[in-house]
Amino acid sequence: MTNPSPVLRVIDLQVSYYTEAGRALALDRVSLELYPGEKLGMVGESGCGKSTMALAMMRMIKPPGRIEGGKVFVGDTELTALSEAQMRRARLSLISYIPQGAMNSLNPVLRIEAQMRDAIREHQPEMSKAEIQERIYQALESVELRRNVARMYPHELSGGMKQRVCIAIGILLSPKVIIADEPTSALDVVTQRQVMETLDRVQKQLGAAVILIGHDMGLMAQFVDKVAVMYAGKFTEISSVRDMFTNPLHPYARALIESLPTLENKGVFKGIPGLAPSLIRRPPGCAFHPRCAHAMEICKTVTPALERLPGERLVACHLYDREGNLTNAALRMAG
Amino acid sequence: MTPLLEFRNVTKIYTKGLLSRAATTALDNVSLKIEDDQPTILTVAGESGSGKTTLAMLLLGFITPTRGQILYKGKDITKLRGEEKITFRREVQAVFQDPFAVFNPFYTVDHLLTVPIDKFKLARSKSEARDKMEEALRAVGLRPEDVLGRFPHQLSGGQRQRINVARALLLKPRLLVADEPVSMVDASLRATILESLRNLNREYGISIIYITHDLTTAYHVANSIIVLYRGSVMEAGSIDRVIREPQHPYTRLLIDSIPWPDINRKWGQTEIAAREQEHGSIETGCKFTSRCPFAMERCRQAPPPLYQVAPQQVAACYLYEQQPIVERERLSEMLPA
Ligand SMILES: Nc1ncnc2c1ncn2[C@@H]1O[C@H](COP(=O)(O)OP(=O)(O)OP(=O)(O)O)[C@@H](O)[C@H]1O
Ligand SMILES: Nc1ncnc2c1ncn2[C@@H]1O[C@H](COP(=O)(O)OP(=O)(O)OP(=O)(O)O)[C@@H](O)[C@H]1O
Ligand code: SF4
Ligand code: SF4
Ligand SMILES: [Mg+2]
Ligand SMILES: [Mg+2]
Repeated sequence: MTNPSPVLRVIDLQVSYYTEAGRALALDRVSLELYPGEKLGMVGESGCGKSTMALAMMRMIKPPGRIEGGKVFVGDTELTALSEAQMRRARLSLISYIPQGAMNSLNPVLRIEAQMRDAIREHQPEMSKAEIQERIYQALESVELRRNVARMYPHELSGGMKQRVCIAIGILLSPKVIIADEPTSALDVVTQRQVMETLDRVQKQLGAAVILIGHDMGLMAQFVDKVAVMYAGKFTEISSVRDMFTNPLHPYARALIESLPTLENKGVFKGIPGLAPSLIRRPPGCAFHPRCAHAMEICKTVTPALERLPGERLVACHLYDREGNLTNAALRMAG
Repeated sequence: MTPLLEFRNVTKIYTKGLLSRAATTALDNVSLKIEDDQPTILTVAGESGSGKTTLAMLLLGFITPTRGQILYKGKDITKLRGEEKITFRREVQAVFQDPFAVFNPFYTVDHLLTVPIDKFKLARSKSEARDKMEEALRAVGLRPEDVLGRFPHQLSGGQRQRINVARALLLKPRLLVADEPVSMVDASLRATILESLRNLNREYGISIIYITHDLTTAYHVANSIIVLYRGSVMEAGSIDRVIREPQHPYTRLLIDSIPWPDINRKWGQTEIAAREQEHGSIETGCKFTSRCPFAMERCRQAPPPLYQVAPQQVAACYLYEQQPIVERERLSEMLPA
């Protein structure tokens, strides 16, 4: 990356949900940097905290959830220091979020343009009528929808078209960071590909950074530049898509990659044994240790920090020292 | 021998409410057999709105065909009564797409599993019921002590989807319809759940209809596949043939659009000719004409029949008209068990 400064900086962001059973630490001091034009994929087991992180960056966590610490910057603006009113303006114009299942939450009785207009008014109340209309047409065109879609109702559109509308809403005010939460999990592969191609083009036009949240590793391999693997509210590894798919370092990331079906290994299933940990009673040390084939003594007590290893890789695992070599303890384990 | 399940020229047309003019042909003259003595896993694939869920709902008797018949063990399912109906309800089970929608948030997992046990009198005692419940949970890779007693919101999406599968298994169905059963879980859990489905198929001889967008996993579990496009069968056959050597232009586009988790295999070599259409257009010929790069004059005039393009593969496309025609009623003979 030649870009000098990151467009998004997340520093030690922490979120808990206060449930009857106790405090669930859903996001545990997570940090992340993204540069303009970068595409990051965020993956990890269901319930590991991906949507929570997106919502926290948007400052949209609702009770019983609470943001308990950390900072989020988009460019020079510290979102976490803004007033509620300022934050409302920042949403959609600095950072936008296309929620999980968005296409099914379009209002069935409102025309598409009405929904888009409401979105703009919510965030930029002073924008003129003519300008709003122009923005709507522009946004629709950039997701390859004809202008007359503005006059339609959601039920008149196919799944792929509805998902395009949601992307159009997300880019109405040309944000610098776009977070798309599982944007294509309900779509067939052809439509998926078309929607992702659109997102790709829109992102290039805006020069924005994109965070794609999802389970589909195939989609990640095809679309993103970097992959961040989350486990129990923490990043375990952040690497370039090539490194992640060809040489994942963190044992959980490796197990995830190895579980993927390919054309060559038909009928071989390699799920990761064991269950995801409870966020209320997280295992001490490395949260993955009860399921990790490489777990050592230290893993049970000391939480590994996300360290920068050579090759611009970030890995949180006691197996490696800062040079990316196996530590002595790890070598002893391996015999 | 009488097949376990038979679709005879089934068509489903939805005539919509006040808002819209056009009727939708969600399923168009589909014939299909699942044999009792050859348990199989059949994948039904196709784009959004191609009729997959309609097929599942018809099969379960939740909706009735506009034309044609659906037979279970030789009997029309709309005419089942009394004991036969109860047997059908037990022997044909479904796992649906959305694990969030299915469960009542006020009941624990135990309740979800004991209701079917009581309803179908599957156990004679409380302890037998408990044993059955635990057995079903273990079959989908869950530890009973981890999940029993919990409420749905205390479980992850993947756990919920598996409890859904466990519930279906408890009933030891003859036929299981799974409509996107793993859409919400990560790759590793997907592998675990699909493996438990495949084991069921092998160990208990349960046939499975696996409805999915995910052709990668379909390739790994299924024996055969039917590809639908706007309610019509475009291509069908052995899963190996269809995924490795798709013949129909739509299937080729579909297979080429699979995002393989392999950075050296580039996505989408085939250009996508036309974009997705708005609903409701009515055509007389091949339904894929408007998007097909090979479309010819005759494609617009009449829908193509199924041509046999390999021993276990048929394609509904005029590009193969030198090949022998397979009547729609004989589709199942092209599907390996
Ligand atoms: N409102 C809430 N109250 C209590 N716990 C919550 C709430 N929302 C989320 N959680 C918990 O926080 C954790 C993280 O949830 P989150 O939705 O961020 O997961 P995710 O990684 O997006 O999962 P998925 O892939 O299933 O979308 C989960 O364990 C979830 O049960
Ligand atoms: N109850 C209904 N009333 C009217 N039209 C319907 C109804 N249910 C489905 N349809 C229409 O029938 C067609 C087939 O729908 P179906 O739900 O079977 O598709 P699908 O293949 O399951 O799609 P998806 O992959 O999105 O789940 C679609 O055009 C749909 O809009
Ligand atoms: S820190 Fe230890 S337990 Fe955690 S992934 Fe690394 S080796 Fe495994
Ligand atoms: S029948 Fe014609 S339009 Fe239809 S898929 Fe074949 S070549 Fe294309
Ligand atoms: Mg989520
Ligand atoms: Mg469906």
